[in-house]
Amino acid sequence: MESKPAVKRREKALAVSRTVRKTPSANRRKKERRESRIIARRTAAAVFFAFLFLTPVVLTITNSFMTPSEINANYGAIFAKNDTGGKVYVSETVNLKFIPDMVTFSQYASVLFKSPAYLIKFWNSVIYVVPIVVFQLLVAALAAYGFARYSGRVKEFIFFAYIILMLMPYQVTLVPNFLVSSFLGILDTRWAIWLPGIFSPFAVYMLTRYMQRIPYSIYEAASIDGAGEWQIFSQICLPLCRGGFASIAILLFIDYWNMVEQPLILLSNEEMHPLSVFLSRINAGEISLAFAVAVVYMILPILLFIYGEESLVEGIMYQGGIKE
Amino acid sequence: MSEAVQRADRYLRKNAAKSEERRKSHAQRGRRGKAASWLFLLPSLFGVGLFFVAPFCVVIRYSLVNNPVQGRFVGIGNYIRVLGNGAFLLAAKNTLLFSAIAVPLAVALSLWLAVIMESRIPFRSQFRSFFLTPMMVPVASVILIWQVLFDYNGLVNVWLTKIGIDKIDWLKSPYAPLVVVLLFLWKNLGYNMILFMAGLSAVPRDQIEVARLESASERQIFWLIKIRYLSSTIAFVTIMSLINSFKVFREVYLLTGDYPFDSLYLLQHFMNNTFQSLDYQKLSAAAVIMAVVMVVIIGLLLKAESKLSRDL
Repeated sequence: MESKPAVKRREKALAVSRTVRKTPSANRRKKERRESRIIARRTAAAVFFAFLFLTPVVLTITNSFMTPSEINANYGAIFAKNDTGGKVYVSETVNLKFIPDMVTFSQYASVLFKSPAYLIKFWNSVIYVVPIVVFQLLVAALAAYGFARYSGRVKEFIFFAYIILMLMPYQVTLVPNFLVSSFLGILDTRWAIWLPGIFSPFAVYMLTRYMQRIPYSIYEAASIDGAGEWQIFSQICLPLCRGGFASIAILLFIDYWNMVEQPLILLSNEEMHPLSVFLSRINAGEISLAFAVAVVYMILPILLFIYGEESLVEGIMYQGGIKE
Repeated sequence: MSEAVQRADRYLRKNAAKSEERRKSHAQRGRRGKAASWLFLLPSLFGVGLFFVAPFCVVIRYSLVNNPVQGRFVGIGNYIRVLGNGAFLLAAKNTLLFSAIAVPLAVALSLWLAVIMESRIPFRSQFRSFFLTPMMVPVASVILIWQVLFDYNGLVNVWLTKIGIDKIDWLKSPYAPLVVVLLFLWKNLGYNMILFMAGLSAVPRDQIEVARLESASERQIFWLIKIRYLSSTIAFVTIMSLINSFKVFREVYLLTGDYPFDSLYLLQHFMNNTFQSLDYQKLSAAAVIMAVVMVVIIGLLLKAESKLSRDL
């Protein structure tokens, strides 16, 4: 329904446009030219940003195919300084090269076969992230149904508390996590990373948002037809939220794949650290390997992105509460 | 989604015939269902209670006693100790300064990107993917390139010397936060842009159409119409950027390790060091202070957001 003033305004506008249309087309052509100029300028800006955004990724990938000597020649001046060992040829200047002189897979070969440390750290990352994503979704699916199906003053208060908790930075939440882990005796074990991750409220918030969008009448109808709560949950609610699971899983994955704060505080044993922390400790002698490891490390997220970009975008929008 | 709706529909139909007798016990079941919904919440409530809420109560207690074993009440003594601590103040100053620079830039630039993406430029979906890529790529993977750029012998300095400016040791200078701001923007602009794009697409078309017919300039349309509809999105993006700016320790740690230059000493560094010295009182008091500050900031922003979205 449109209000009366709006209709009137539009009529007036149409009248104006009619008079505009009557004037010779020079006016319009001028306008068109201006518009195409704006679009050209914006395209240029987009290209510029795309270049900035992609360059670091592309450089990392192409550098991973260079031979160690080429890497040393290019970046020796930067990374070799804490190298106390034998004499390596180090050039004075730094070169940034997109295309390797000689494409080689030797770095990947040594990552895979000669330096097991990296593979172990990679495996650590997988071991931390996958259970957290799976079980956080599981716990959250149940809880979100509890929040979305019936609401009351108490539940609204609890849900608000979840939101606040979700927005708390690690500087705050890690202190309680640390205390509980030491109380339960799981400090320095994988459980110290898993359990707080699994019960983290992010997925609860997101899934509740998804489930609240399901019309209440659907629940009601199923309940009138005699479906129990578990049946409504598993046969009606969950299938309707399938898209939501994909979106949230991607957001969770990239967050935990990147984790740095938790292992630093909860795991004193560096053997158990994930690759995200370990990559920053690569010593100068292995700098050429580092590029290959970096690429291996980004393969999973990039694959997820290629296959799930739409889910990711949808997830971000839900987080914004825009698509309610 | 539609397939699932159909399935639900079929389910409802199949049961429609049997439903008459069941309807009678519906009200009773509703009450039981309400009780059952608490069972669904139970695992999550248990976990959150055990790992976040209960220990946070312990944290509050620790922040008020002289030490965990004796447990003598010292009032706000620990808080005074933390607030008088030079390292804490430096960390708080640096963290707030970083947020103050990074958040407005992240909001403004991503809004600009969203406006660019909204106009009829070619290859829009490709550009969207490009802008989102940094969000997916782990920071640890590109940190090498950042070091190549901003090291003392790095590329940026090579370029600077070519145009006759002295080398700057970027990561060990007062300029260090700027380097991290760049990394932060690189990582976060795509995410914010998506939020703004969704916000922009929700601006009513006919209003813009009318404004255009009344020969309003693009600039007027943007500032007088779109910004008003975007105001709650702006508040939300500000919240998220602020939250993410507190996570920038990640980037700083990967770039500079445990002992960064003074200008990059953040609250998380302070926490890590205090963890190492096992000074629970200081740690607890600092955590409580941060929690209170966060609650106040988030509360204000959430209030602003709900007010702005109601005003429309």
